[in-house]
Amino acid sequence: MRTTESGSRRPLSFYILAGFFAAFVVFLYGPMLTIYVLSFQGPRGGLTLPMNGVSLHWFRALMGPQRTGDFVGPFVRSLALGLIVLAATVVVSIMAGLAFRRRFFGANLIFYTAVASLIMPGLLIGLGVGLMFQITGAQPAWWSSALGAQLTWTLPFGLLIMFAVLSRLSRSYEEAARDLGASGWQVFRHVLVPILSPGIIAVAVFAFTLSYDEFPRTLLTVGSQNTLPLEIWAMTTNVTSPALYAVGTVTTLISFVLIALAIGLILSIERRRLRRAVISRGASD
Amino acid sequence: MRLPGGAPPYLQAAPLALILLLFFGVPLLLVVVVSFWTFDLYGFHPALSLENYRQLLTATSTYKVYLATVMLALIVWAIALVLAFVVSYFMAFHVRSFGWQVGLLLICTVPFWTSDIIRMISWIPLLGVHGILNQTLLKLGLVREPLKFLLFSPFAVVVAYVNLFTLFMIVPIFNSMARIDRALLEAARDSGAAGWRIIAEIVVPLTKTGIALGSIFVLTLVMGDFYVVAEMSGGQMASVVSAMSNQISLLQYPPAAASAVVLLIIVTLMVAGILRVVDVRKELTG
Repeated sequence: MRTTESGSRRPLSFYILAGFFAAFVVFLYGPMLTIYVLSFQGPRGGLTLPMNGVSLHWFRALMGPQRTGDFVGPFVRSLALGLIVLAATVVVSIMAGLAFRRRFFGANLIFYTAVASLIMPGLLIGLGVGLMFQITGAQPAWWSSALGAQLTWTLPFGLLIMFAVLSRLSRSYEEAARDLGASGWQVFRHVLVPILSPGIIAVAVFAFTLSYDEFPRTLLTVGSQNTLPLEIWAMTTNVTSPALYAVGTVTTLISFVLIALAIGLILSIERRRLRRAVISRGASD
Repeated sequence: MRLPGGAPPYLQAAPLALILLLFFGVPLLLVVVVSFWTFDLYGFHPALSLENYRQLLTATSTYKVYLATVMLALIVWAIALVLAFVVSYFMAFHVRSFGWQVGLLLICTVPFWTSDIIRMISWIPLLGVHGILNQTLLKLGLVREPLKFLLFSPFAVVVAYVNLFTLFMIVPIFNSMARIDRALLEAARDSGAAGWRIIAEIVVPLTKTGIALGSIFVLTLVMGDFYVVAEMSGGQMASVVSAMSNQISLLQYPPAAASAVVLLIIVTLMVAGILRVVDVRKELTG
């Protein structure tokens, strides 16, 4: 944005707003950073500053059996569930995204249902799915009822991302491929997937992280074996040691690594594309 | 000639439609059905009774909880709106390079991909009686004794909500602002419009859809929450859904279902009201 004609001097409002933005970022991240720091305390550490020694004690404590339950089992379950949700969300959202490029019977109904599903209070979904399993006599479990409940939240996100990605996609690539004799699958595999790959990665990282941290929809649908967020919720009422913060540090670290990987991957795809575009333009000159 | 995209669209949309039907449509219908059932110590029984609704709608506590929840939602909404508008305005109109814009927006959205519960409990070491904020205030001599209203209080609930949900307001508002033609603002400036008039007469109207979308997210998130209010108020406050979750933990499913139906009607009316003012469909489908 050109705020002044010369383009170099910034107005006073820029510095005020920049300060406001910085304060907002501190508000957003400050508390999280505090608990990461506090999780590295010594064995006699408390719940607030000042730090009482520095050690990895509370991380080691996580690996052993807990007074309040188990960390490793729910963690593995959450990872597995996150991966299943990821796979299902990516496949189903791509298909649905492609479907919505044309008019078809019921398109509006499905769209509005997806939006309603997105903003529906999570506990209500859990209540409904829980009732469905209870009435039919089916046994709720993390891989059945909780999976379904989570998909009602990840699929609408996936669909909206696919809308955003597909709205910028010109059909001429597909038409060219088809004119050259490509089959429907070939067009999809060799034209659409490569073009859409940054969007698909975005859907994947949304799906995994939303599932991995999901709480309100999972609470009433998980059955007898907890996922990690439910275990953490139980800990918030029982655990009064930095072990709770150590859980937070570990699980957030995993999310951050995944997000960084996804962003890195998207950037490298975009950069490679840009380079190719420059090369091909150079070649045609 | 074959249509572009291969398979017929209703086949491509079928998996989404089926999953939404099975895990959203049917469960929602069941909640409505069960809200007319009766229950006793041994479980719940099919019936066509209005008893759950009668009890719910004649209890004054229902209206108190609804009033408290709506008030809370409006307070959080107002704060989130102001914060998100200023933050988005900075990113959209003061940050010059596209790369920086994307980077700053990412900084605002990354917490969304981490655990709500962890972000919520992160406030405990800051706001507690012996927390960092109180320690600092005492050291600076600004207070004589630690402030007790900071944690496990309505204040803490609002802080946690604003911390968790403002980004749902930032993304749609920034999205709307980024689409505003810069020439429009320059024309206004060239014709001598003051900064605040440009904001009030150009930026705000053109950001309407983003504001509407963000408002729907924030209002429905606060109205539907139960665990933030339970944890951060230290059990002192109840919201509509936290009261419902108490009934569920007592296995009183039919009254909980009736309460869910009433909440759904109110939330639907709120969202419909916002949609009547602003059409957001175009914004979503791109």
